[in-house]
Amino acid sequence: MANETLKAGFEAYTAGVVAKLDKNPERANLEPSRLYTPLDVEGFDYEKDLGFPGEYPFTRGVQPTMYRGRFWTMRMYAGFSTAEESNKRYRYLLANGGSGLSCAFDLPTQIGYDSTDAMAEGEVGKVGVAIDSLADMEILFDQIDLSKVSTSMTINAPASVLLCMYIAVAEKQGVSADKLRGTIQNDILKEYAARGTYIFPPKPSMRLITNIFEYCAKNVPLWNTISISGYHIREAGSTASQEIAFTIADGIAYVEAAIKAGMDVDAFAGRLSFFWNAHNNVLEEVAKFRASRRVWAKVMKERFGAKKAKSQMLRVHTQTAGSMLTAQQPNNNIVRVALQTAAAVMGGTQSLHTNSKDEALALPTTESVTIALRTQQIVAYESGLADTVDPLGGSYYVEALTNKIEAEAWDYIKKIDEIGGAPEAIAKGYIQKEIQDSAYKWQMDIEKGNKIIVGVNKFQQEEEAPKNLLRVDGSVGELQAKKIAALKAKRDNAKVEAALAALKAACADESVNLMPLILEAVHAYATEGEICGVMREVFGEYKSHVAL
Amino acid sequence: MDKRIRVLVAKPGLDGHDRGAKVVARALRDAGFEVIYTGIRLTPEQIAESALQEDVNVVALSLLSGAHNTLFPKIVELLKAKGMTDVLTIGGGVIPDSDIPGLKAAGIAEVFTPGTPTSAIVDYINANVK
Repeated sequence: MANETLKAGFEAYTAGVVAKLDKNPERANLEPSRLYTPLDVEGFDYEKDLGFPGEYPFTRGVQPTMYRGRFWTMRMYAGFSTAEESNKRYRYLLANGGSGLSCAFDLPTQIGYDSTDAMAEGEVGKVGVAIDSLADMEILFDQIDLSKVSTSMTINAPASVLLCMYIAVAEKQGVSADKLRGTIQNDILKEYAARGTYIFPPKPSMRLITNIFEYCAKNVPLWNTISISGYHIREAGSTASQEIAFTIADGIAYVEAAIKAGMDVDAFAGRLSFFWNAHNNVLEEVAKFRASRRVWAKVMKERFGAKKAKSQMLRVHTQTAGSMLTAQQPNNNIVRVALQTAAAVMGGTQSLHTNSKDEALALPTTESVTIALRTQQIVAYESGLADTVDPLGGSYYVEALTNKIEAEAWDYIKKIDEIGGAPEAIAKGYIQKEIQDSAYKWQMDIEKGNKIIVGVNKFQQEEEAPKNLLRVDGSVGELQAKKIAALKAKRDNAKVEAALAALKAACADESVNLMPLILEAVHAYATEGEICGVMREVFGEYKSHVAL
Repeated sequence: MDKRIRVLVAKPGLDGHDRGAKVVARALRDAGFEVIYTGIRLTPEQIAESALQEDVNVVALSLLSGAHNTLFPKIVELLKAKGMTDVLTIGGGVIPDSDIPGLKAAGIAEVFTPGTPTSAIVDYINANVK
C-alpha cells in the first residue's frame, strides 16, 4: 500500500521535527496540524465528497462554471438618514460598478415603529434609512429601475411589510411582481438567538414567514424569500462550525414549518438562500463555505426528499466580518477586508458585501465605501482567484478542514434535533449560551495574548483621532415626523382604517395568508408602525430570555 | 471590604448587538463584582428604575447604534432624579472620540471604545466607585 510508505515517511518526518523542537521551536497556540498529507483525507472519494460544480453535493460550488461566466454580485449594504440621502448613495454605488442593492434600514423600521414612536428616540436614521410608509420607499428607489436591479433588504420581523412596499413601488414603475429579483432576510430565529430585532413571538412569526414563502411562490417567483443567516451568529461570537450548524438548524426549522403548512418542498426550497460571514482565517472560511454546501445538500435530499437540484443547493450572500474591524489603525482594515474577500471568493459566494475601513467607528463615508467596492473589483479582475472553479479543492489541508467543520456541524445539528429543533433550542437558551461561551473565549484569548490582533494587542501605536467620519444629521427624526404628519393629512384615512381592520381580523385567523392584506394596507399608505401595530395587538410581543 | 460592588450592565435603545455587553458583564462577574444584565432594548426609564431597584454602584451602558448622544445623558438625568447621585455611570460601544467630551460633560464618567481590554474596565471601576 502506498499509504504504508507514506505513513512511514510521515512518521520519520515528524520524528525529525520533534527531535529538533528544542532548537527550532514552533509558535504557541497553533490550531491546525503541522502538515497535511493524503493521510488526513483517508477514504476521500472525489465523486462522492466533491463531485462536479453545479452538481450534488455542490461542495465545489453551485454553478458549473462559477465566476468564469459572471462574477459574484457586488452588493454593498447601504442606507442611512432619509430615503433621499440613501437614494443618492444607491445611485452612486450603481454608477461605480455595484451590481445589486442592499438596503440597511434603521432600527425603528426593523422593529416596526414609526419614526415618531417614543421607542424610536435617538435611533431614527442612525444605522440605516428611516422608512415609515410607501411614500418613503418611492423616494428610496427613485430613478432606479426595479426591473434591472436586484435588491436585498435586511429586514426580518416586518419583512412582509417592506416586501409589500417594494412590490408597490415596482407596480408604480410599471414592473410586475413576477419580474422582481432580490432577497428579504426574513430570518426570525437568528433574531431571537443573536441579532435582537424581533417583534412577535415565534408562532405568528413562523406563520408570517410561511405566508411569504407561499405568496412569493405564486406571485414573486424570482424572489429569495429568506436569507437564513449565520452572519449575525458569527458576529455575536460563534465559531465557524457553530455559524453553519446553528444556521442550518434554523433552515431545517423553516423547511419543516413550510411543509407543515402544506407546501411541497420543491415548490419553495429553491428560493431559500443563506448568508455567511467572511472572517479572518482565510482557509478555515473557505472550508466552511464548502462544508456548508455539502451539509445543506444532504439535509435537503436525505431528510426532506427534495428532488430538484435547485432545492438542494446552498446559495449564499456573504459579508466580511464587521466584528473583526478595529478602531485602532483603521487603514489596516482595508487589508483585512481584502483577505476576507479572497476567502469568500475562494469559498464560492454568490454575492458579497465588503465592509469599509471606518466601520468600527461610524457608518462609512463615500470614500471608504469606494475602497471597499474597489477591493472586490481588484479580487475579481486582478487576483486570478476567480478564474477557475473551487481553486483550493484537493488541498489536503482544505479538504481535511472541510471534513472537520462538516463533522462538527452534524454534531450540533444532532444535538439540536435532540432538544427538539432550533426554535426549542433557542427558547431554552442553548444556542445563545454556546455563542456567548465562544465570544468570551475569543475575548480572553486576545487579553491573554493567545490571539494577536494587529494594532489592538500587538504593534500598537499612538494615533490621532480619525477625522472625516460620517455623521447622521440629528434632525432626521423631525424630518420624518413632518413627513408622517403630511402623509396622514393627505391620504384617504377611511381607506387606511378599513385596510387595517381587515388585516387585524385576518391575523386572528391562521388559515389566511396575510400578504394580500398587508399589500392592501401599504397601497393605502398606512405607516409601517400602524401595520405592525395591528399585528402586535393580535400576536403580542416576544420577550427575550436573558442569561449570562 | 465585605460588600461587593454591584454593577448594572444595560443596553438602552433598540440596538440588539449585545456581544460586548455580555462579554463585559461576564468579565466583571469573574472579577468579583455582582453583575445584573438587563437584556436588550430597554428605555432610559426602565434602566434607571432597574438601577434603583437593584441598588447598584455602577451603571455600565452599551450602545452600538449611534444613539448614545441622546440616550446616555437621559439615563444620567433620570438616575439623578431618582436620587442616585453616587452611582458611577460608564459607557461603551461604537462611539466616535469627538462625542466623548460631550458625554463626559453630561455625566458619563468614562467611555470605553472598541478594543478596550475588559481588565481596563475592571480597574477603572475599582479605582472610581464611591
